[in-house]
Amino acid sequence: MKHLLDPMDISVEEIDELLDLADNIMEEPEKYREVCRYKKLATLFFEPSTRTRLSFEAAMHELGGDVIGFAGADNSSASKGESVADTVRTVECYADIIAMRHPKEGAALVASQNVNIPIINAGDGGHQHPTQTLTDLLTIRSLKGRLDHLTIGMCGDLKFGRTVHSLIRALSRYSNIKFVLISPKELKVPRYVKEDVLKNNENVTYVQYERLEEIIAELDILYMTRVQRERFFNEEDYIRLRDSYILDTEKMKLAKDDMIVMHPLPRVNEISVEVDKDPRAAYFKQTLFGKYVRMALIMTMLGVNA
Amino acid sequence: MLSIDSLERGVVIDHIEAGKAMEIYNYLGLDKLECSVAIIKNVKSNRMGKKDIIKIEDEIETDLHMLGFIDTNITVNIIDGGTIIKKMNITLPDKIVNIIKCKNPRCITSVEQELPHVFKLTDPERKVYRCAYCEQQAEH
Repeated sequence: MKHLLDPMDISVEEIDELLDLADNIMEEPEKYREVCRYKKLATLFFEPSTRTRLSFEAAMHELGGDVIGFAGADNSSASKGESVADTVRTVECYADIIAMRHPKEGAALVASQNVNIPIINAGDGGHQHPTQTLTDLLTIRSLKGRLDHLTIGMCGDLKFGRTVHSLIRALSRYSNIKFVLISPKELKVPRYVKEDVLKNNENVTYVQYERLEEIIAELDILYMTRVQRERFFNEEDYIRLRDSYILDTEKMKLAKDDMIVMHPLPRVNEISVEVDKDPRAAYFKQTLFGKYVRMALIMTMLGVNA
Repeated sequence: MLSIDSLERGVVIDHIEAGKAMEIYNYLGLDKLECSVAIIKNVKSNRMGKKDIIKIEDEIETDLHMLGFIDTNITVNIIDGGTIIKKMNITLPDKIVNIIKCKNPRCITSVEQELPHVFKLTDPERKVYRCAYCEQQAEH
């Protein structure tokens, strides 16, 4: 794996190896404390992020490596009009690996075409966010014990939500996966995702619902998403749709005892804070899994071993 | 029938669906050529009823296989010394470069003007091309 741009760049076998390594890092973190000594990760974040950037940085620090980079296009030469290609060519002179987030779709591909060091796509607009997908897979495998034979509810913004599209693609390679797609009609999963991934795929089935309470009782996993302001061109549409789907304790009473609630975070108000106390709320654990899977990924892409 | 002199040397793009000649003229950037270019519209055709033809009085550097993106029924004849020296079978190209532009305002190509506009054939059966950067489906 030279670069990681799209969750589908990694085979199921490679994912298994990554998740196994992440499991081992969780079990024996001291074994990995120096494996990236003298290596540098550049985090190039052209748009805001808390979890993704800090988890990459924490991951590299815990592997004994160093981190350079910027948080926000205003703090880089992009604000002077520098191209993505020129920025990464410059950074290649200073770092061994790059994690990059950019608001424009395809920016990570452009970066990968211009450097010889590994590029990790840490989110390119509404397009791909493969390390979130790896985080989600590690969370599911750790908390449910498997990545197959699952009924997964995806709720909220299924149109613009890149995490949802990526997770659908990644899980569609495992057997007996049932997707329950819960969204207002304005925010349904795009047709191309259904045609490319869900139709004519013997591994998966899917159903669509408009109301969460109608179907929550059947779910093994409920994946909530935020209706993101920055994905809308129109403020009115955002305000009208953002409160459409809110998970609260009343709805949680209808769910299975072993269902887990996931969310890529940040949340706005789609999961009420009282749900945080419910042992089925897994979204902060998910954030922690994100650090471990990024540690495994950095090690794999740099070709270092414990 | 309208008479257009036969070519001594050049390219004949034939069996174009009637009405599509100007589209092809624009896609191939034929307006930038110095040589004569004839666009013949609504020519009677046994096979098609009506068709368009483009005759170009010189060699052109453009990759004509890209025409398959528009219509795989198009035929291309290369002429030299007044005779056909090569017939090209036009099939769906795997990739098209700088023929159409990505219309997704969120695509990196919308802000970085020097990037080539690349589309890849992702579904030959439905003739679907997607932007190599953002995966937006091509419109044409």
